[in-house]
Amino acid sequence: MHKNTARALRGLALACALALGASACGSDDDGGSGEQVSADDVQAALDKGGKITVWAWEPTLEQVAKDFEKEHEGVEVDLVNAGTGNDQYTALQNAVSAGKGVPDVAQIEYYALGQFALDESVTDLSGFGAGEFADAYSPGPWNAVTQGGDAVHALPMDSGPMAMFYNKKVFDKHGIDVPTTWDQYVDAARKLHGADPDAYITSDTGDAGFATSLLWQAGSRPYKVKDGTDVTIDFGDAGAKTYTDTWQQLIDDDLLADTAGWSDEWYQGLGDGSIATLVTGAWMPANFESGVKDAAGDWRVAPMPQWTEGEEVTAENGGSSLALPAAGGNQALAYAFAEYANHGDGVQTRIDSGAFPATAADLKSKEFQASRFEYFGGQQANKIFAESAANVPGDWTYLPYQVYANSVFNDTAGKAYVSGTPLADGLKSWQRKSADYGSQQGFTVH
Amino acid sequence: MLWRPSGATEKGTAMATPQSVYAGRTASPPARRARRSWTGWGFIGPFTLVFALVFLAPIAYSVHLSLFQDRLVGGTTFVGLDNYEQALRDSEFWAGLGRVSLFLAVQVPVMLFLALLMALALDSGRLYGKGFFRVTIFLPYAVPAVVATLMWGFMYGTRFGLLGDVNEALGTSLPDPLSPDLVLASIGTIVTWEFVGYNMLIFYAALRVIPHSLYEAAEIDGAGQLRVITAIKLPAIRGALVIATIFSIIGSFQLFNEPSILQSLAPNAITTSYTPNLYTYALSFSGQQHNYAATVAIVMGLVTMVIAYVVQLRGMRKAA
Repeated sequence: MHKNTARALRGLALACALALGASACGSDDDGGSGEQVSADDVQAALDKGGKITVWAWEPTLEQVAKDFEKEHEGVEVDLVNAGTGNDQYTALQNAVSAGKGVPDVAQIEYYALGQFALDESVTDLSGFGAGEFADAYSPGPWNAVTQGGDAVHALPMDSGPMAMFYNKKVFDKHGIDVPTTWDQYVDAARKLHGADPDAYITSDTGDAGFATSLLWQAGSRPYKVKDGTDVTIDFGDAGAKTYTDTWQQLIDDDLLADTAGWSDEWYQGLGDGSIATLVTGAWMPANFESGVKDAAGDWRVAPMPQWTEGEEVTAENGGSSLALPAAGGNQALAYAFAEYANHGDGVQTRIDSGAFPATAADLKSKEFQASRFEYFGGQQANKIFAESAANVPGDWTYLPYQVYANSVFNDTAGKAYVSGTPLADGLKSWQRKSADYGSQQGFTVH
Repeated sequence: MLWRPSGATEKGTAMATPQSVYAGRTASPPARRARRSWTGWGFIGPFTLVFALVFLAPIAYSVHLSLFQDRLVGGTTFVGLDNYEQALRDSEFWAGLGRVSLFLAVQVPVMLFLALLMALALDSGRLYGKGFFRVTIFLPYAVPAVVATLMWGFMYGTRFGLLGDVNEALGTSLPDPLSPDLVLASIGTIVTWEFVGYNMLIFYAALRVIPHSLYEAAEIDGAGQLRVITAIKLPAIRGALVIATIFSIIGSFQLFNEPSILQSLAPNAITTSYTPNLYTYALSFSGQQHNYAATVAIVMGLVTMVIAYVVQLRGMRKAA
């Protein structure tokens, strides 16, 4: 036994030596941020040409990249789909820490941007003059990329002002009025489920993005971040109570279909009328058109139900931006592309292929608002979306590690959907778990 | 695991040493001695190199990772054994380990018993269409686990799935197999379906090599079929039983595919720390806690090794 222990120790020592040697080959390449880059520098980079790599899963960028290449001779845009959402962030995080294969431009969702801004792995674009775009974007997205400060961590690409999609055929069949407040929404849920036990007002199995959006609309501000590292998490405010009181009724009375979003069952439910409404971001129509073809003409769009009658408050759900990883190459050229796609001519190209913009001017334009959606029976749905975009309170903040927090939502708050745990308690344990992680990661958590 | 390579190296030196001593005594030129001592390395070198590269280096790297902590604020610091201390106090990790242990205690005996029953039935020679049954029972093993789980997930669906259709046709309301209370049993069903044929084949192969003279002797002694099974067949395939058990223990502790895929259908029933493997995955991919993930993986590896080793010792001692 003694001999074996000695041997094991010797092996361990050797192993450590090997590994330490290997880890010393890491790169310490550090990109600067907030440097001044003039418009002339960007123009010079465009004239000179070159190749940039863009990591994005947004399909409308394909045409934008082609147009950009056509407009600027000698510029090559390599558009790579490195995964959607979290998969891509993991790949990006790995590339950044390896110091190799970092893209010049990366798509990052608003809720995840904080994590990249925190360790300065994305370039502050205010040095390029992006700070002047404040009025060009609607308040939700702009606040998301600046986080209330002077730095601009990315350029907003699209946005998800929320609205209520509802199956008009189902509402008409049972003679139910379209709800304008959340209380009416609960009543409608009861009526509908009473009339048809197979039908539910909506499906919800616990979704962090959806829950935070409803909290946002209800006036709750659970996250506060000071200086990037001083974090407060509190689901005890009045807004949170408004949300849990209402949602608890839907859970208690079994008024929510327990069909997980984006599953086959979910699409079937949207198609056959057993899921009657969907309160989500304005990016949804394209998914209806491709995923729920059979129900074309059944669905309509209405403003998001309100917490207080007569108010006009909404929230954002989803949406993403284009950021410039600090370790990427050709920053001037990369900025030129991001600016073209999210602020310049690329915006119209993306609108034409079905994207929902974050630019204020486009949201207000007559042409945009007048366009009719065949799928929604010829309804001018963009009017409702644009109005919603203007009514998003701009002071919402996500955690600098929201990606992790969202991943444990179902472990904690999700318990409310499958057991007797009240939703308010579920949020409390979500708060605890998020706070624990924050302290572990070196944040000051209150 | 760690002491094996040094053992191999020592064997190499041990082989070389007597030769050198011999060479020294006969006073050969030093050059020849040097060439001779390199010959041994030439033989074991390629093996040692590949072994170090593909077995030792990853383990060493994991151990190395587990001694550090990389924080979002503050960067990477050396923390010694802090991660191990945290793992030992981590209730989520132990809950996951408890869950797979329960799974092991229930699913593995059921699966191995069914596999044994089928192997004995096939071996009895009283079955029509033996070849057909053998292939059919083995077939699920050839289906990728991901596809199998997706298929079962569809069958488990209470709304639009097979279970929903059954409920509708018979007017019953069977409990939801994907609810928190039943989901472990549902995973057990999938795993049993997947691996029963594989284990059956191991047992069947072991049964085929038993000499027929033993059966003839038993018949002369007037032993019935049941007696033949308990006195001849089972003792003869004990080795195969032990091997299948060890494989199943490792498989249970490494449970990942099935819960990971069912998670999208039952996100509240299957938590991110449902099994130790799922926990490690979540730690490194959602939490960016690569260091702690490596620690959990190492602790889990040690637990698995100890249990598998104990089972092997017990199984083999009985055989002796």
